[in-house]
Amino acid sequence: MSEAQDYKHIGQRTIRPDGYDKVTGRANYAADLALPGMIWAKVLRSPHAHARIVSIDISKVEALPDVMAVATHADIPNQADPGAINILAKEKALYHGHAIAGVAAKTETAAEAALALIEVNYEVLPPIMSIEDAMADGAALIHENLITKGMAEQPTSPSNVSSRMEMNKGDMTAGFAEADVIVEREYRTPTVHQGYIEPHACTVRFDEDGQSMIWCSTQGHFGVRASTAGLLNLEQSKLKVIASEIGGGFGGKTVVYLEPLALILSKKSGRPVKIQMDRDEVFKASGPGSATRIKVKIGAKKDGAITAMEAHLYYESGAFPGAAPLGPGCMTIFTPYDVPNQYVEGFDVVVNKAKVAAYRAPGAPQSEYACEMLINELADELGIDPIDFRLQNAAKEDTQTLYGPKLKAVGLVECLEAAKNSAQYKSALEKNQGRGVAAGFWFNIGGVSSVIINMNEDGTGTILEGSPDIGGSRASMQMMAAEELQMPTDTFTAIIPDTAHIAHSDTTGGSRTTFATGMAVVEAAADIVTQFKERAAAVWNVTPEQVEWKDGIAINTSGDGEMTAAEICAAAGRTGGQITGLGNINARGAGPSFAVHIADIEVDTDTGKSDVIRYTAIQDAGKAIHPGYVEGQYQGGAAQGIGWALNEEYIFNKDGLMENPGFLDYRIPLASDLPMIEAIIVEVPNSFHPFGVRGVGETGIIPPLAACGTAVSQAIGIRMSELPLSPPRVLKAILEA
Amino acid sequence: MTKSHITATINGDVREFLCEPGDTLLQSLRDELGLTGTKEGCGSGDCGACSVTVNGRLVCSCLVLAVEVDGAEVGTVEGIGEPDKLHVIQQKFLEHAALQCGICTPGLIVSTKALLEENPSPTEEEARYYLAGNLCRCTGYDKIIKAVMDAAETMRGTA
Repeated sequence: MSEAQDYKHIGQRTIRPDGYDKVTGRANYAADLALPGMIWAKVLRSPHAHARIVSIDISKVEALPDVMAVATHADIPNQADPGAINILAKEKALYHGHAIAGVAAKTETAAEAALALIEVNYEVLPPIMSIEDAMADGAALIHENLITKGMAEQPTSPSNVSSRMEMNKGDMTAGFAEADVIVEREYRTPTVHQGYIEPHACTVRFDEDGQSMIWCSTQGHFGVRASTAGLLNLEQSKLKVIASEIGGGFGGKTVVYLEPLALILSKKSGRPVKIQMDRDEVFKASGPGSATRIKVKIGAKKDGAITAMEAHLYYESGAFPGAAPLGPGCMTIFTPYDVPNQYVEGFDVVVNKAKVAAYRAPGAPQSEYACEMLINELADELGIDPIDFRLQNAAKEDTQTLYGPKLKAVGLVECLEAAKNSAQYKSALEKNQGRGVAAGFWFNIGGVSSVIINMNEDGTGTILEGSPDIGGSRASMQMMAAEELQMPTDTFTAIIPDTAHIAHSDTTGGSRTTFATGMAVVEAAADIVTQFKERAAAVWNVTPEQVEWKDGIAINTSGDGEMTAAEICAAAGRTGGQITGLGNINARGAGPSFAVHIADIEVDTDTGKSDVIRYTAIQDAGKAIHPGYVEGQYQGGAAQGIGWALNEEYIFNKDGLMENPGFLDYRIPLASDLPMIEAIIVEVPNSFHPFGVRGVGETGIIPPLAACGTAVSQAIGIRMSELPLSPPRVLKAILEA
Repeated sequence: MTKSHITATINGDVREFLCEPGDTLLQSLRDELGLTGTKEGCGSGDCGACSVTVNGRLVCSCLVLAVEVDGAEVGTVEGIGEPDKLHVIQQKFLEHAALQCGICTPGLIVSTKALLEENPSPTEEEARYYLAGNLCRCTGYDKIIKAVMDAAETMRGTA
């Protein structure tokens, strides 16, 4: 079905429907809603990284005339909910910025001023800020009862390691024995942030006898409903969540921080409540990406055949056990390689940092960074071109993965070949310049998506979908509906209704939306085709089988007669009522999207500053529904990964306090930091999707880390292993060499 | 605290509003005047999402006090383009898919307009440095720069 088809609508570079509101400033984001009678709330946050909360005295604040409500942990209705202690701290403040109390007041200024009058008595404890500190003998315990899960023998004493996992295939001893060359190195990556430009914010209204509402920016409004309803002991039907336009998420807007607190304050005050985080709160108290320490060992024969791959991975989880994306990190690390002998062991480690959240291909950029750096080093040792080395060992259809399934048709080889043929790879480098190549693998997911297409009386269609649109997916949905119904794209308008007007849909994450929600759209559109045929058949007094649907027109194949969608819809009341297509599915078969990136970097050896001078991002899209927005995902992923590789990191002082909670000092790439990014779309169709779609959102952030890491290493002639490759670190390496 | 009474010309309309001495122009635009097209990304002048013009000069509205614009002319994204016709810059951003989440887009539209008024023929490098104060986390800037260069060319052709 998906082989080299001629499509009429998909594959076009249409104007996205929500674009008009976004270029004119009309689009409404999380912080843009004000309600009559609304008051403002602010959050008091821990000034310590690790402290016991001895007491909280709110009496002075409650007495203030402008203050309408105050909330602490004791005000959370469902104390047993495991999420409760990250909404408001209970016995301990577990990280710098941990929410302690919320205050709602008549103005934002009054709420802010009131925070200073909350008296919190802390007993400061030693902060645990690194994997080494956490795992050291005699380390202070963040959780007194944390027993490591997944050990061969269950430990009897608590530690800061919450779990261990391992995966194995083949015979490691034999594999390394076969190798002519074995390389081994340890890599480190820092705590990083998704860096979405829109801070978390919400406006809520509690309604005790009707339906409470939350307006917020989220990747999944059904998740917000489930989490908040759970914490407040509400029935889901009594809570309506409206997903505003979302100003970036990258995995960071998949969990609740403010919404339950705002609703508690609204309940207490009887007023609508608005909260918005400041940028420093976003950095300190939303969910960053894991810092890691990863040891990798790879062996190969002289001819380039890899014989064994082994890794030991340590992921920081923040202060909350099990939050690290350890599983995906371990599962993805060796997937680009068809190698019989592989072993990984991973640990989830708690530290006094904010609870880790998903960040674009969660866990994979860190683990694949380590693997890809060492693959490049091994290629060097063997004297083989890094692309040829990967081609020789590349995963392909039927490759047995370490984590379970065999791969279906995948596009890694095609991406590597495109890289080898790219203009950049054929170009020459100059002095102080280096080139890095790296591959990336990400599973992508499917999941539950709900779609309704309501056909209107004039023959236009309104697509209701449950997946918040971050990067232009409404355009894709319209194009897929148009393709299936063989009608013009602008016949359809896609909107994301609130949780009361569409059934549950899983969060926009895992690169699932265009794949899974797209499948639901196609199913709903096919449902409409069926009904169009039935309705036309009823008018013509023939059977539906005698009606053909072609180019957006019903044709009576056993007589004369044609009806357009508009005519069928106008007559719908007389042929059985209005026409609605349904697509409520659980999508299976999300195809992985492999990528290969090439980075050319020039290092200023006087300052240690690295400049990306040329960059190519190649990735398998299966089928690009909207090529412009597919390229945008590749380019955006590349830029984010470049930032991770070259500059971004949380900097903590000796007390565990974050010292750079702002965009000036946590410096994400600027327009002046980057070159044009050549995006090359490879299309190896995913047989599970009607149009061959694979998710494309996440893979692109994986290869830049090792591509840049290798390029810098080559430029300065020193193998670098710890990210970021910021000017001070690179300069130090140059000076010490 | 006594509020100040401010009169300013905003997108060509004379508007009056009250503000506290510490209120930023960004707060007044968004919360008092209902002009929510101007976005807050950082509140510290680092992201450019709140870019506006004051007397023709490009500024971060989070770094300007509301009281400072008394008697001034303020331009926001809402003043760019006609009700039935987008400005060329807006149109080019759409055509080049130069936005994903769109939260940085209003600031970039305002900054690009200021750039092209100052320099109708920027090089790619000049455009990149002029727009370095407008952070975008989604696009990697590639398509933004293409849209800006295309808008510049179109505006030169139609000027």
